[in-house]
Amino acid sequence: MAVVNKADVVIIGAGIIGCATAYYLTKRGKSVIVLEASDNIGNGGSSRNGGGVRQSGRDPRELPLAMYGIKELWPGLSEELGVDCEYHKEGNLRLGKTDKHLEILEGLTKRANACGLDVRMVNADEVKKINPHLSDEVIGASWCPTDGHANPMITTLAFYRKARMSGARFITGEPIKTLRRVKGRVKEVIAESKNVYEGEYVMVAAGYESRKILETVGVDVPMHQELMECLVTEAQQKMFPQMLGTAEADFYGHQSDHGSFVFGGSSGIEMNNKDIGPKNSPGNSAITAPCICRGIMKYFPELEDAKIVRTWAGYIDICQDGVPVLGFVDDVPGLVVACAFSGHGFGIAPAVGEQMARLITDGRTTVDISGLRYGRFKAKI
Amino acid sequence: MNTIVDRTKDIGEFIPQPDDDMLICRCEEVTKGEIRRAVHDGMWTITEIRRYLRTGMGLCQGQTCARLVKGIVARELGISMAELEPAAARSPMRPIEMKVLGNEEVTDLWQ
Repeated sequence: MAVVNKADVVIIGAGIIGCATAYYLTKRGKSVIVLEASDNIGNGGSSRNGGGVRQSGRDPRELPLAMYGIKELWPGLSEELGVDCEYHKEGNLRLGKTDKHLEILEGLTKRANACGLDVRMVNADEVKKINPHLSDEVIGASWCPTDGHANPMITTLAFYRKARMSGARFITGEPIKTLRRVKGRVKEVIAESKNVYEGEYVMVAAGYESRKILETVGVDVPMHQELMECLVTEAQQKMFPQMLGTAEADFYGHQSDHGSFVFGGSSGIEMNNKDIGPKNSPGNSAITAPCICRGIMKYFPELEDAKIVRTWAGYIDICQDGVPVLGFVDDVPGLVVACAFSGHGFGIAPAVGEQMARLITDGRTTVDISGLRYGRFKAKI
Repeated sequence: MNTIVDRTKDIGEFIPQPDDDMLICRCEEVTKGEIRRAVHDGMWTITEIRRYLRTGMGLCQGQTCARLVKGIVARELGISMAELEPAAARSPMRPIEMKVLGNEEVTDLWQ
């Protein structure tokens, strides 16, 4: 059969990772095809997360990517993509209400300091100065002034728009069934529709769905799915610009440029949630949004009258060890993996896209991603 | 639905229209021209338009403008309105205060 669907790189998954990589590849003169199973671009976690662009609290293995993105890419991103991504670099507070919380935060802070990140503990007075709306229950926080947030839906679509303008070919509604090696190299991508795509490199960035696709060439990423849920309020007066999280992980979120508050969180039984939504748009569980509300009101009592206008849910692809799998795979030439982001994908997406484009065109990255390689998983004994 | 759509398909140039400044989504103040331009930016589904422009994401959640937006996007793409999937409706059905939503009875899940 004659293959007409040929490009330098075929990317599976048009989430923010696929879209960003496609953009940076076109910038480096490569031809790109991006294949998306859903009818919508960025329909997974890319459009369903809380918008954090953080370094604090991140694992030392992925911290170099997070720091690189915030230093080199995020500040100029809106201008580069021609769309306002609503990026704010105005700090992240991780809040604590008990001594146990402060202990957790101190541990995270020490680890981040060891990696050269400016994050420090602040006491009850200092935290109230940074954010006067906090309840008196908050007794301390970790403070990372260079963290922030952006609009995940717009950023994802902005990468898509710019990549498409630069010549990347996006095809939606095209779920992928198998990868096939040609003379030992992963080259062919076969869709459920039986359409065949061919690339010198094939990148799999399809969230949890990557697992089934990668299995077809003998690569198995140890990950599972967990549902996270978000809610958004009606527009409120401007209150504060920081990104927020808590030591307890009750909720996380920020106030958007629009004025609405976007908060994400969980109920605590996600590991064993029943899957109640349609495949392309996971459903909320009835107990989660109320639980997130109770969490928020403990930290921000004055938000109790804010009206919730919408809730939604999305799956996180959680890796066995909590950090992504990224890069080439030994003994599987032609393949690039970018999945199992474990809920940290949005903030590092520009850095991942730019570095994957370097990896594919130059054969190496400029940021150390060696701790994220596929080969790291070993049996415990 | 899963229809294969190649987003490089030519839909023609954006041509300004005299009523482009007409408000379509009243809650979020989005105009017809902005919606038409978003289609030319590559936003070809109602879900993408919503995420890109906030149409139907305000207080009424699209109960007023959903049909109008659909008509504009379909015309711009040169397809029938029936080919466009509606965006997902999400709870709550009406805006509801945090203190009310958070006030349901908390019981032991495993009782």
